[in-house]
Amino acid sequence: MHDKTLSELADGLAFGEFSSRELTQHLLGRIDRLDGALNSFITVTFDQALAAADAADAARAAGQAGPLTGLPLALKDIFCTRGVKTSAGSKMLDTFVSPYDATVVEKLAAAGTVSLGKTNMDEFAMGSSNENSHYGAVKNPWDLAAVPGGSSGGSAAAVAAGLVPAAMGTDTGGSIRQPAAFCGITGLKPTYGRVSRYGIIAYASSLDQAGPMARTAEDCALLLNAIAGHDLRDSTSVARGVPDYTAELDAPLTGLKIGLPREYFGEGLDPAVAATVHEAIKVYESLGATVREVSLPHTHYAIPAYYVIAPAEASSNLSRYDGVRFGHRCDNPRDLIDLYQRSRAEGFGEEVKRRILIGTHTLSEGFFDAYYKKAQQVRRLIRQDFLDAFEQVDVLMGPASPTPAFDLGANKDPVSMYLQDIYTIAVNLAGIPGISVPAGLANGRPVGLQVLGTHFAEERLLNVAHRFQQTTDWHLRRPAFAEENA
Amino acid sequence: MALEHADVQRAAFLARLGLDDNEAARYVDDLGRILEMVDQLQRVDTDGIAPLAHPLDATQRLRADEVTEGDQRERFQRCAPAVENGLYLVPRVVE
Amino acid sequence: MQWETVIGLEVHVQLATRSKIFSGASTAFGAEPNTQACAIDLGLPGVLPVLNEQAVAMAVQFGLAIHAEIPEVSVFDRKNYFYPDLPKGYQTSQMYQPIVGPGEVEISLDDGSTKRVRVHHAHLEEDAGKSLHELFSNGRGHGMTGIDLNRAGTPLLEIVSEPDMRSAKEAAAYLRAIHSIVTYLGISDGNMAEGSMRCDVNVSVRPTGQAAFGTRAEIKNVNSFRFVERAIEFEVERQVELLEDGGEVIQETRLFDPERSETRSMRTKEQANDYRYFPCPDLLPVVLDQAYVDHLRETLPELPDEKRARFQSELGLSAYDASVLSASRDMAEYFEAVKAACGDAKQAANWVQGELSGALNREGLAIADSPVSARQLGELIGRVMDDTISGKAAKQVFQALWHGEGVSADEVIEAKGLKQVTDTGAIEAMIDQVIADSPAQVAQYCDAEPEKRGKMIGYFVGQVMKASRGTANPQQVNALLKEKLDALC
Repeated sequence: MHDKTLSELADGLAFGEFSSRELTQHLLGRIDRLDGALNSFITVTFDQALAAADAADAARAAGQAGPLTGLPLALKDIFCTRGVKTSAGSKMLDTFVSPYDATVVEKLAAAGTVSLGKTNMDEFAMGSSNENSHYGAVKNPWDLAAVPGGSSGGSAAAVAAGLVPAAMGTDTGGSIRQPAAFCGITGLKPTYGRVSRYGIIAYASSLDQAGPMARTAEDCALLLNAIAGHDLRDSTSVARGVPDYTAELDAPLTGLKIGLPREYFGEGLDPAVAATVHEAIKVYESLGATVREVSLPHTHYAIPAYYVIAPAEASSNLSRYDGVRFGHRCDNPRDLIDLYQRSRAEGFGEEVKRRILIGTHTLSEGFFDAYYKKAQQVRRLIRQDFLDAFEQVDVLMGPASPTPAFDLGANKDPVSMYLQDIYTIAVNLAGIPGISVPAGLANGRPVGLQVLGTHFAEERLLNVAHRFQQTTDWHLRRPAFAEENA
Repeated sequence: MALEHADVQRAAFLARLGLDDNEAARYVDDLGRILEMVDQLQRVDTDGIAPLAHPLDATQRLRADEVTEGDQRERFQRCAPAVENGLYLVPRVVE
Repeated sequence: MQWETVIGLEVHVQLATRSKIFSGASTAFGAEPNTQACAIDLGLPGVLPVLNEQAVAMAVQFGLAIHAEIPEVSVFDRKNYFYPDLPKGYQTSQMYQPIVGPGEVEISLDDGSTKRVRVHHAHLEEDAGKSLHELFSNGRGHGMTGIDLNRAGTPLLEIVSEPDMRSAKEAAAYLRAIHSIVTYLGISDGNMAEGSMRCDVNVSVRPTGQAAFGTRAEIKNVNSFRFVERAIEFEVERQVELLEDGGEVIQETRLFDPERSETRSMRTKEQANDYRYFPCPDLLPVVLDQAYVDHLRETLPELPDEKRARFQSELGLSAYDASVLSASRDMAEYFEAVKAACGDAKQAANWVQGELSGALNREGLAIADSPVSARQLGELIGRVMDDTISGKAAKQVFQALWHGEGVSADEVIEAKGLKQVTDTGAIEAMIDQVIADSPAQVAQYCDAEPEKRGKMIGYFVGQVMKASRGTANPQQVNALLKEKLDALC
């Protein structure tokens, strides 16, 4: 059962091949046996999962099943989940049991899905390797010496290892797409505002967006159907109709205009990754697409702009963790300043502190114009690059990451870690959607093809990814870890 | 723009992050290199370019003025580290 | 040396919305601690703000009332600082693009003149919670401070004036003008005791004639009209003394201590704050279209300035009367109702400012709580005007109504038999009787020089009034007596 995609499992449930309880028990058993080696979950909600599975089976028996009823999934531990610990991978929130549900959690529960638990992540979503978690690093099921990517590394590893057929992630600078690429699964970052941010622990509010991570584009479409839409509780969510994202999956790609951004194939790109991406492009040509080179001239400035904007927003968003109303509080504070300084020093990890300090510094008097204002101006230029490109082509394609998954502990230097996100980060600055699709293996580690579209082009991206998956089988490959322990 | 030890100390104070001297020294080094990377922005000509705060050119939606939230103190204070008589406790604030 | 005082005010007005500026929690005053602090007010991880439309409407109404520019776009920023009553570690405010642009407020001074005070801008922001320092101290436990976040997120309109005021009296007049505008508009209850209106005062002094401003001190949280005057008077004296002794004023924040009537420095060991304002990424730009602003403009009630002008031009009231009677919406509405009931603006103005205000002041009542309704008072005045009762009797009737002895002036007049006798026949009969009973006085009257008779007639008037138990109309009695006595001589 754990080899199946969500839509296959949906059929299995519909045809009575197995119940949601049987499926849930099977996966909980795998988590129990296998996750010790992966560390992909922070919290496994055994009891709640079985109760939800029973409720789903009862709903099905009563003829009230929807397309997702009874399907198991996991939630990145950044989604507030009522009555369940929600840590954001931080010691700061180790004791935080959320008193409310995020909109995404509510919607998935209303759709009848069964959450198996909360997945590991880089602390407050700050990281590209999942090594910045208070709960320890996550291992890549393709190679336990490799990172799964980050920050949604637990979600990606759990899906790749067959512990759960799908998981929710969030993406602020590549945190869905890069781990999806590293773990050989499909991950979609929707347009900013497509999915409600209410109840998602904020990292950088103008960049954060939630999305599905699953084996196939079709599964991502099914999940996006459930989570997309306007939310009155999120001022930045967009009041725009939600199409059936599965409706256009099979549309032919004849005449599809693909742009290859010159800047995404330059220095620093691993030749094996480049070769894999070019192979994938050939597949598209064989499907009737045309390919041309385009330019995104400000690509080089995306990481510098991001490392002003994201830490600035984060420094403010994380000020609420002060040891007063929730979260970690130091022992015996001498006075108010001591309460703040020690609670925050003890509760936050190194990378989080680093970004709080950068953000605080760049927003402070005398620096604001040179850093923050400048970064926002560059942000506009970066968005304009994409809008100009989409005047010429339907989608952009390139690698999701310059290399396949790197080894745990290999990237000690923060700046070189930041540079890993060169192909994903501009997408968040522009607010456009992007999807990472398994496109091959390099030295036994997966390579992801990234497909980008203009604002609200999710339908097109899913279609483009799905057609590729109808033609290739990279998305069906399983790591030995999952097979051996089947 | 060069980063000094005092800049990091000041940022740490504003952000209420307790740092010991070793940590501060390490962050001076890290932040210095990050800001060096960030300084590449200065090469971009942004004359006449309006800052972009939100990726979509959307405007604020307004909420009807209705009371929709009742008393949930008990539920919200369950995750609080120190409360008494319904109040959150902090070390005495001297004004 | 002569010194000139320069004052600017930042007035924080709590807007009278039902729910908070960014959440659906109630803004009602006086609830149990933290029972009106929802997930958003507490800044729980993951929560997001959504702007209250009523807060926007109220801010725009204020802007229109002070003839301010209403920019098409306004933006919320975050003001970052740590304080226990500030749950998110930042206050959502408007730093760069406020909802209300430059405007002006007209103030009335004691000498009857008026002055325009410019308003730099007004912006929307969220209020903080409250720190309770005394609850667990003084032998009642651990001495910690308790935090109540019920007030956190209450909408505030911060109105920032230009440094246009030149005396404590002008500052108080400005504050009263703001108070009357916001209460007229109904956008705030203006209750200073409950903190619905709070004020920071910027004060500096400079040698008269000098163009440059002196160094200013900011006095925080001065929360009554009286305290504003006292705080400024103290602060001006302090600064002048300091400067005359060769010292310097330091730019600092000071606190007013009402008990000692002095300001003192808020000495803080902290480094100077740096609020790191930046646009709030959780809120989008607020865009007001012209039709919306026009609609609010059309539905604006008549404002104090307009009312005062109308009271003078249409009703013929003096500048002073017009200003007193338009000072608050309650006062103006009461006065206009009295006027409508009696039909005479001047009589209505005299009674409202005289008998009624006196009685209210004696009992410390607001006009809204007056035991005598505007209709009752108007009818009472009507009975004086149509000569049903004398002015003296009217005061009795007023007292009776004040104490609840009767539901209308007519009922009291009837019950107390205060109706003035205006029937000439009845008065003539009484006069004839008095003349018949007073032959000696009549003889003296007739013997007197005609120019001295005027004084002597008082005796007869007194007798007639006595006989009528005060209900005869004295002017009528006087005229009839004169006629009859002169005929006798």
